[in-house]
Amino acid sequence: MHEKSIKVLIAKPGLDGHDRGAKVVSHALKEAGMEVIYSGLHKTIDQIVRIALQEDVDIIGLSIMTGAHIPIVEKLMKKMREEDIIGKTVFVGGVIPAKDVSKLKGLGVAGVFPGGTPLSETIEFIKTHMKKA
Amino acid sequence: MAVARYIKDEKDRILDVILESGIHVKPSYTPEDLNRTGFDYDKDVADPGQYPYTRGIHPLGYRSRAWTTRQYTGFGSPEETNQRFKLMISHGQTGLNVAFDLPTQMGYDSDDPMSEGEVGRVGMAVDTLRDFEIAFKDIKLDKIGAGLTINAVASIMLAMYQAVGEKYGYDAKVISATPQNDILKEMVGRGAWIFPVEPAVKLIGDTIEYSMTAMPRTNPVSVCGYHIRESGATPAQEIAYAILIANAYIDNVLARGYVVDDFVGRFSFNLNVFGNMWEQVAKFRAARKLWARNLKEKYDVKNPQNLFLRGLFGGGGYGLTKAQPENNIMRGAYYALVAALSGAQTTALCSYDEAYTIPTPHSALLSLRTLQLLMDEMGLRDTVDPLAGSYFIETLTKEMEQKIEEEMEKIEQYGGMIKAVSKGYIQRLVARQAYEVEKGLESGELLKVGVNIYKEGESKEVELHEYNYESAEKQIEDLRQVKKQRSQSDVLHTLKVLESATKEGKNIMPALVECCKAYATVGEMTNIFRQEFGEFQEPALF
Repeated sequence: MHEKSIKVLIAKPGLDGHDRGAKVVSHALKEAGMEVIYSGLHKTIDQIVRIALQEDVDIIGLSIMTGAHIPIVEKLMKKMREEDIIGKTVFVGGVIPAKDVSKLKGLGVAGVFPGGTPLSETIEFIKTHMKKA
Repeated sequence: MAVARYIKDEKDRILDVILESGIHVKPSYTPEDLNRTGFDYDKDVADPGQYPYTRGIHPLGYRSRAWTTRQYTGFGSPEETNQRFKLMISHGQTGLNVAFDLPTQMGYDSDDPMSEGEVGRVGMAVDTLRDFEIAFKDIKLDKIGAGLTINAVASIMLAMYQAVGEKYGYDAKVISATPQNDILKEMVGRGAWIFPVEPAVKLIGDTIEYSMTAMPRTNPVSVCGYHIRESGATPAQEIAYAILIANAYIDNVLARGYVVDDFVGRFSFNLNVFGNMWEQVAKFRAARKLWARNLKEKYDVKNPQNLFLRGLFGGGGYGLTKAQPENNIMRGAYYALVAALSGAQTTALCSYDEAYTIPTPHSALLSLRTLQLLMDEMGLRDTVDPLAGSYFIETLTKEMEQKIEEEMEKIEQYGGMIKAVSKGYIQRLVARQAYEVEKGLESGELLKVGVNIYKEGESKEVELHEYNYESAEKQIEDLRQVKKQRSQSDVLHTLKVLESATKEGKNIMPALVECCKAYATVGEMTNIFRQEFGEFQEPALF
């Protein structure tokens, strides 16, 4: 039976342009058989949510290198509540100090993958999570 | 990241070494290798200070002058940055290298909704001249030069530097700024672009043209192979793309009717250090040679001094790891050694905690000391280009030269640098390569200490430079105060003049200086450009 591939949005919120990690992850997810939409740089939360809705993605991944992950994720969750898509899975990668991982999870992020996380771990997380969902 | 591919047998003996640029390293080198590559001392190397400057641009190298130490510095408010500048200078730092926050880099004021959460985070916030007045207070601008690490709005920051210099009584002709001002590399990596390619390159041409007479000690462009390398380029691609990008800026100014000798001597480069140390040394030696030859043969540059590749060789951010952070102290020391062995005029060294955040005072000073102890304790100033004449290094330099030329040729065949960036050709290429490196690290084909080998040991918490939300609020409040106090008619008038100059395609620098002096904000000035030029549309990569 044909299995529908998982559709992932990899998004770069805010003003930061360091996108090596986002692009590497996008390549890895594609190679793992997923359909990847890459948002491009400098996207506002509103734009990211709009892309997620338009493309009807299964899961949203944010790549944040600036340290502004907490306010950005707070904003995303608020917008997702407004758009009534709070059930969509969100994961975050980038420069994330260990002490912030639980804070992000508290805000509703399903997976946090700080720089240095093996790509296989991210792939595995998405596959497992999507099966559950 | 990892510096070469090693093919080994079951006893861990190395059978082959393949450098990132694709060169195979042999177990030993002899004069026969030099013959094979057609090596000729006078033509390929020559004495230090002699064309093609492979061994360095000055006959006496670091004996005549040590390299400038220019640690990347800046965060939070201008007050905090001013304190950090003074701390670094008091510890012997000889150049400034200003880090700007992302809103400033992207042309937004601190009170813009786009700036939320980003004010003062990765560099200092700049809204108006008031911020430069505070940041550069009590710093001798005629004695110390400032690198301004900013690109899309580098023209505004250069104008602001002139304005603050004049405010503090310095003639614009005696102050020395090095704005990074390399937008094409921003489009390849790092991503702090705003405007589309053509107007963005035109703005750079304006700064070069303006500096020639108004700010002659300024280096209006620092071409950054550095960030292209960080995005996934090989060392050979780093140099190839940097030279081609520099040529794109040269061509813009030549089209205005200038002679290349009038301005190209003020070009500078920012190149990356991390990677296999032999490949790096050969890369820098080949880069000096190819840049000189490029200028002489392609552009007919006459003055020998204008052929110098002057640069900051530093880094190397991507080489650092989050795992086992203290290893980064040793990595940094080796990078500094490579920069010194390669004849860097200027060095900045990433601090060990930069895989996490911007440096604390402690880690920033450790990096500065790393550079200073090579300079004053280890004998790196004794003699020029100490690796010269090594069968290995000279062979490798020749091989690197060939690889760089091959990479340049590929871009020329594609249709040139501007097309290659506009269409996303280079972006796709380096992103793919970055992914291949990550895969190599995961499979263990590439080795990285603490990441995929020698991972054991206790994990170490790094003391982090904490973000100060209060200083961001203060910055916004200060901006409100400046807006209340400034003359609104001066602001409106100077912005109007800027708008006309922009629409008419004139050089915008004189108008920008007047806007800055009237305390117009970075956002107000950038908006004029945004409205006229629009924004760069990133080519699709997937």
